Amino acid sequence: MDTTQVISTDQLRSQEYFLNMGPQHPATHGVLRLILKMDGEIVKDIEPDLGYVHRGIEKMVEFETYRQLIHVTDRLDYLSSHMNNEAVALAIEKALEIEVSDRIKVIRTMMDELTRLASHLLWWGVMGMDIGALTTFMYAFRDREMINEIMEQTTGARLTMSYNIPGGVMFDLHPEFPERVKKLIKHMRKVLPEYDRLLTGNIIFKKRMEGVGYLSPEDAVNYGATGPVARGSGVKSDIRKRAPYSAYDRVNFNEVLEQGGDNLARYNVRMKEMYESLNILEQLVDNIPEGPYQMPTRTLIKLPKGEFYQRVETARGELGVFIVSDGKKNPYRVKFRSPGFSNLNALLKVGKGWKIADLVAIMSTFDFVIPDLDR
Amino acid sequence: MNMLSINIFQNWLNHTHGIWYVLVLAGIAALYLGFFAVAGLMLVYLERRVAGYFQLRLGPNRVGPWGLLQTIADALKLVSKEIFMPKFADKLLYKIGYYIVIVSSLVALAVIPFSRQIQALDINVGIFFVSAVSSVGVLGILFGAWGSRNKYSLIGAMRSGLQMISYELSAGFAIIAVVLMAGTLKMTGIVEAQKDTWFLFQGHLPAIVAFVIFIIAGTAESNRVPFDLVEAEAELGAGFHTEYSGMGFAYFFLAEFINMFIISALAVTLFLGGWLAPFGITDGLPAQWLWGMVWFFVKVLAVIFLLMWFRWTFPRLRIDQLLTLEWKYLLPIGLVNTVIMAFIVWKDWLIHI
Amino acid sequence: MAYFGKILYGIKTLWTGMKVTGGYFFPNLLTKKDVITVQYPDEPAVVFERFKGEVVMWHNENNEHRCTGCQACEIACPNGSIEIIWKREVDPETGKKKKMLDQHIYHLSMCTMCSLCIQACPTNAIMWSVNFHNATYDRSQLTKVLNKPGSKLMAGVEE
Repeated sequence: MDTTQVISTDQLRSQEYFLNMGPQHPATHGVLRLILKMDGEIVKDIEPDLGYVHRGIEKMVEFETYRQLIHVTDRLDYLSSHMNNEAVALAIEKALEIEVSDRIKVIRTMMDELTRLASHLLWWGVMGMDIGALTTFMYAFRDREMINEIMEQTTGARLTMSYNIPGGVMFDLHPEFPERVKKLIKHMRKVLPEYDRLLTGNIIFKKRMEGVGYLSPEDAVNYGATGPVARGSGVKSDIRKRAPYSAYDRVNFNEVLEQGGDNLARYNVRMKEMYESLNILEQLVDNIPEGPYQMPTRTLIKLPKGEFYQRVETARGELGVFIVSDGKKNPYRVKFRSPGFSNLNALLKVGKGWKIADLVAIMSTFDFVIPDLDR
Repeated sequence: MNMLSINIFQNWLNHTHGIWYVLVLAGIAALYLGFFAVAGLMLVYLERRVAGYFQLRLGPNRVGPWGLLQTIADALKLVSKEIFMPKFADKLLYKIGYYIVIVSSLVALAVIPFSRQIQALDINVGIFFVSAVSSVGVLGILFGAWGSRNKYSLIGAMRSGLQMISYELSAGFAIIAVVLMAGTLKMTGIVEAQKDTWFLFQGHLPAIVAFVIFIIAGTAESNRVPFDLVEAEAELGAGFHTEYSGMGFAYFFLAEFINMFIISALAVTLFLGGWLAPFGITDGLPAQWLWGMVWFFVKVLAVIFLLMWFRWTFPRLRIDQLLTLEWKYLLPIGLVNTVIMAFIVWKDWLIHI
Repeated sequence: MAYFGKILYGIKTLWTGMKVTGGYFFPNLLTKKDVITVQYPDEPAVVFERFKGEVVMWHNENNEHRCTGCQACEIACPNGSIEIIWKREVDPETGKKKKMLDQHIYHLSMCTMCSLCIQACPTNAIMWSVNFHNATYDRSQLTKVLNKPGSKLMAGVEE
């Protein structure tokens, strides 16, 4: 017997098995089913199975009026609900050619940035929980509580506000709004460096995040990834800079770009975006112009015939609203271009070849909200 | 005969014969079971309170005064759950999984010196015995996971098997460093050798390095964050105890806390002077067995607090990073440390205060 | 040398992280100044005045309301949480038959708190209340009739 025979490692095969990262799972933020083909601990292939939260919103709004349509979009991506409302309100105003006053624009921008801050804080808290540091959740919610109170004082609701109406906003700002926002800015500037010390510089965190889940810039553009996912790979994709709406053309802020393309780059993009949001709020809070908070519109809104598109930058990426109208009081067809759906495509490319623990970390930096995917 | 220096349990056993001997043995066993249960409950309550304060909230404070009866309410809830078994599960393995974990923890509890007079079993290979018995706990986890017939549990158990075997080595080297200083494996001998100074200060640099290595290896042994990928909730549902509910789950849960207690007790005995009072403060008082126990529990609670602090601050390590940490960092440093310690003990360059 | 550098870097960053959580633990242990939770039944919950709790109808001290039964709120509601039942009755002042409100049914179980009905009402008859203790054991108790029994329309509203 020849005992000197050498077996090369490609002849040794282990059996691949299917693992169901099922609809009920603590790490997929929502109800997402991923079927993973695995070899040991390494993921070879991912296949998503969507539709567990599909509510048929695009079909449902064909029977609703335009004012009711704005309210329904609250629940698409509920963490950036104000920006969803704003997209539809801007589309309707574009169609009716209503010019809103400066006060409305500034109010909308400030609420936008507050919502973006709240969404990124929740992302940070839940990401900490996903990779094992369990106290980050409570710290993030302490700050989110301050933002929720600001929202509640002005609009009456904490998360799904339906504050925008075609032609303006529903209520005027509460008189305590500027001072609460100033207190929030001061608190956040004290607390964000603490979060950096707790999580960012930590050696365990760095080893989990650095070099994991590389997304190249060409892939990001090809798969249509937008938002912090694309900006983490160096692709300029901030709608607030390329097609400014509301009051974004009169504030100074930077578009945050990172060249790394890995988890740590996407993480850094979101952390720096929080600082940029604070800068925008600081510039606007003292200079809220006077004026009407509602432009006069008809009670029953009918859009002229045609197609209207409006894009906004939500916390997850680019949300596009496409309305086809044929002159009646209900829209003929509404289509939402959701950011999470395209980012999920990028995930299918990025996630192969990593372990399960890395897949969970990658999913948490992509920041999915599943009602946004499924509509 | 000087009652202050004799093991109370040994004293009882020496003076009884026949049926009384068996009854006294059963009584001591019952005492330890009772301690196990109460300590488990108190540790769970302590963990939840401490976690609350770290997370800017109060822990449970409604059930009973200061929430002390919270764990009893939890235990009642767990007892009232349905005990089921998955249809294709391996019946024998599924059922004995949690017993083995409990048994290994209880047996290791027997040799820990709570005070000079209170120690159930004082054999001459004490430390070696504890190290050997706590390795049996891995078997319980593997049985439970394999018997559950669940891919998630299997992944968790495979990770756990690797982790426990690797970190036993580092813990072993830290223990050897201490045994070199003490010159004996017997638990009481180790504590007696720290009469003038604790080992942490006696062997200066090597002992501190050995302490750090032992704490890290101990955290890995008891499957706590940052090494808790065995039961990583965010990744695998619940790891190896996914398919257990009710008392089965309660046993795994309790066994983890008692393991944490044992690791802390070992760290205190080996490095921090066991039940000795610092600078001999309370040595002249009566009821020495009580004062020994008080000092022991204060030190153990301090080490347990340190382990909890780790849990609520750090993220989790991935399996290959964990193994890199062990085989490339802890083991070589532990080996070199043992050699240095041997050199220092040979030359008698220890610090005696 | 990079080996030891990495170890020291690791220990330093881990200690920085521990200082952050430790900095919240020890002061909290003594003075509880950073605790963000509210012990709810003992301390009252803080609600602001614009909070959208449930929709109620305004009544004055003579048990009169302002709802004319025009069904504007029923049309504006996105998911049909409001049902208006009207009746034709003889108006005592003019002697003619007129459409009047019989019951304004409000399904609290289906309401999404969007305020479109309150915006649509021409007479400001309905408004928000901050009551959030709406949990019941029986779902039929969540279907409320907003106008109180025996109330009628306030004079001079219909202009």
